[in-house]
Amino acid sequence: MSAHTIVSLLDQSTAKIPKDNYITRENGLLSWLLTSDHKRIAILYLISLSFFFFIGGALAGLIRLELLTPQTDLMATDTYNKVFTMHGVIMVFFFLVPSVPATLGNFLIPMMIGAKDLALPKVNLLSWYLYMAGGLLALYTMMVGGVDTGWTFTTPLSTHYVNTNVLTTGLAVFVAGFSSILTGLNFIVTIHKMRAPGMTWFRLPLFIWAHYAASILMVLATPVVAIAIVLVMLERTFGIGVFDPAKGGDPLLFQHLFWFYSHPAVYIMILPGMGVISEVISTFSRKRIFGYTAVAFSSVAIAVFGFFVWAHHMFIMGISNYAVLVFSLLTMLVAVPSAIKIFNWTFTLYKGSITFETPLLYAFGFMGLFTIGGMTGVFLGSSGTDIHLTETYFIVAHFHFVMVGGMLMAFLAGIHFWWPKITGRMYPEKLSQLAAVVTFIGFNFTFFPQFILGTLGMPRRYASYPPEFQILNVFSTAGATILGVGYLLPVLYLVWSLKYGAIAGNNPWQATGLEWQTQSPPLTENFAVMPIMDHEAYDYAWLEGQQQKDEQQHRQLHERQKETEVTSAG
Amino acid sequence: MSHMSPVIWQFLVKWMTNFALFPPEASKIAPQMDALYFFMVLVSLIGLTIVVLLVTSFSILYNKKRHPVAVQIEGSTLLEATWTIIPLGLFLVMFVWGALIYFRVFTPPANAMNIYVVGKQWMWKVEHPGGQHEINALHVPTGRAVQLTLISQDVFHSFSIPAFRVKREAIPGRYTTVWFEATKTGTYHLFCTQYCGTNHSQMIGDVVVMTPEEYRKWLISSTSGSSLAQNGERLFASLSCAACHNTRPDARGPSLANVYGSKLALSAGGTVIADDAYLREAILNPSQHITQGYAPIMPTYQGQISEEGVIALIEYIKNLDSDYRVQQTLNTTDLPPGSEGKTPAAKGQVSKGTVKP
Repeated sequence: MSAHTIVSLLDQSTAKIPKDNYITRENGLLSWLLTSDHKRIAILYLISLSFFFFIGGALAGLIRLELLTPQTDLMATDTYNKVFTMHGVIMVFFFLVPSVPATLGNFLIPMMIGAKDLALPKVNLLSWYLYMAGGLLALYTMMVGGVDTGWTFTTPLSTHYVNTNVLTTGLAVFVAGFSSILTGLNFIVTIHKMRAPGMTWFRLPLFIWAHYAASILMVLATPVVAIAIVLVMLERTFGIGVFDPAKGGDPLLFQHLFWFYSHPAVYIMILPGMGVISEVISTFSRKRIFGYTAVAFSSVAIAVFGFFVWAHHMFIMGISNYAVLVFSLLTMLVAVPSAIKIFNWTFTLYKGSITFETPLLYAFGFMGLFTIGGMTGVFLGSSGTDIHLTETYFIVAHFHFVMVGGMLMAFLAGIHFWWPKITGRMYPEKLSQLAAVVTFIGFNFTFFPQFILGTLGMPRRYASYPPEFQILNVFSTAGATILGVGYLLPVLYLVWSLKYGAIAGNNPWQATGLEWQTQSPPLTENFAVMPIMDHEAYDYAWLEGQQQKDEQQHRQLHERQKETEVTSAG
Repeated sequence: MSHMSPVIWQFLVKWMTNFALFPPEASKIAPQMDALYFFMVLVSLIGLTIVVLLVTSFSILYNKKRHPVAVQIEGSTLLEATWTIIPLGLFLVMFVWGALIYFRVFTPPANAMNIYVVGKQWMWKVEHPGGQHEINALHVPTGRAVQLTLISQDVFHSFSIPAFRVKREAIPGRYTTVWFEATKTGTYHLFCTQYCGTNHSQMIGDVVVMTPEEYRKWLISSTSGSSLAQNGERLFASLSCAACHNTRPDARGPSLANVYGSKLALSAGGTVIADDAYLREAILNPSQHITQGYAPIMPTYQGQISEEGVIALIEYIKNLDSDYRVQQTLNTTDLPPGSEGKTPAAKGQVSKGTVKP
């Protein structure tokens, strides 16, 4: 009964942004920098993440320019090594890992479960400050000369053989790691303790399930990379011999520790993106996700299996053949839940009523590119073919298909999907559809040739290469230019829409999530009345019933008003 | 094509003649690996086609204009089981197939010819058993199994020959092996594929595959005068190893004849096969690898012998049990002055003369 109080179409008819919302409640820079509102913190993250993304993107541009010709002509090899290292460090630790969770997850988790805020609002703000401290330290490192270990910090290269800024970079990653741990912790506590009445585990949107799984990874895996990096710093500074074979250390140990985090980190990046895709596909086909339980549990399965596949990064490193066997098998198993998701999303479209707004176009892009990214992962998970393909451009293409083709597409799908909720205004539809198509084309031009380059044997992290690889590299660089345009367009029109976009209203997509059953932009406390969940997730019949009830109420209210006007006039 | 700009034309010709889509298959394992590769490409294409076809046809059939009201479907256990079990089955096939190839690549046949490779920033040093040295090049014959034993002197490197479809990490402080049998003569790329610092992209070279005759000629023309085992023997003498490692009844160290490949009992308990890795460790960190019945008195040679030196010593020890006979042993008096004092062997225990294990 109280559920229908949260459904209101009032604003759509009057087409005004509600005066009181989380943006207007308080003013001034300090009100943002000291906020504990999860929505404002999400905005802080969105701005800072975008900033780091464009720095990382500019570095990618430099890499592609250098690789236009076989010789090293744009920059010296040392500079090239620093550029690709910083590209990796910034994109992985300061964009991909926090991207969806810190922005969309932060904004939406409390709203989707019907809470006022995250369980630990001040810790949430602390996360952002830690993230910024790490990010600025990484930028400082870049200014004072950069680092050239590769983002993987492989020992003993990083401990004994380079004389660049390993310590500050390590510290930057270390600090940012704590941001990630605290965010994950906050999400776990919130999802356990803050759900609205009636919001049972199996009524949660799949976005929440995905974030829950990713949060567990953040909390359990991130400390390991933090420890590994501290050990690198100690070995570099004090010469302790954990990794140094001359002192009885094990140089491979670092890689075990590093990948024990960095493989689950891939799922920290992709799972929240998968959550976005579930919401988008359900909304635009107006259907409950096909096999809700399977999709929910596949997220958990990915998180669990994700912990036991790290050594597939080391098949040719001289680990035991039998270890290779086990890790190869487990890698095959972790591929299955991803396949399940793809097919469940596809069948959600079956007998739907589909409209093709921008978020769905990005989601389609995600499905196509993630399928390719996932399948090529199997090429690398199969120990035999891995021998030939690992450490080549095949790897580079594979993880860019998953991370950029998958994750970034999902991020953009989510940003467009919830933009009306976040800002109260619509983005320009036609222009953004164009941007989605441009991104998709640019992406394929950039990264598909790299699969062929890798198969030919072109090693990754090469500043120069044999001339017969040039034509494919030229394709790749040309594609990167298109891709760059595809990423710049949204920045321009999204900023434009802040002022000139059409008023969105509460629920422009007619979506079922609780976040849509309140005003846009939301109140600081999210809901005027505490919502009660009295229906399943993705229940479009409930939404329709609610709206009919609402309209009826409006009509009655209207009529009563008229009556009173008439009587008062008479 | 007269209407085309000659510059563009030349550019195109240059590119197209240089253009490659698939690497040459020049080893025995290459076609086997490519068969799996193409099987995976095929499965991926079929999978992708299914997804794209379904998404496209659902998009056409069930767009809002054509299908204004969605029909809610909870799911289907049968369908979901299908798309769980079929991918799982295919992945398992790929796993088994891949594992079979993996084990083949890393299990050398017994009669393989062994070549040592040392990686260092930023070059590959190749040591043939006959004493031939190469830098950033590897000459091998067709039709003969060749095993590479790799080690790095500094950071991780990776020895990659795309045309052979083999690649192996060269690790500091540890031997790794890989083998191949070249099938097609020609010159192929040799890459370092593990990022190893500033000049990583210049740590490249050529793998030259020759017919057995040409290879024999090459061996003769590139000889350095003494074999790898002879180099090892010289080092063995100059380090005065035979002072302890000899066959005298009061010898302080175990005799090294027939030691290679044998099972040794260690004083710390347990047994070990005396392979390359064990011998290397026993030279560099002897205190941890004492053979049963001997006192831990051997000094460490860590930092005193280069990786090439260790390889030469191992090659020498390896050949003690075979037909190798000491042809000519250099007397310690032949050594440059002063080098004797540097050896860690105890003074007064030096046995000059032939090493007769």
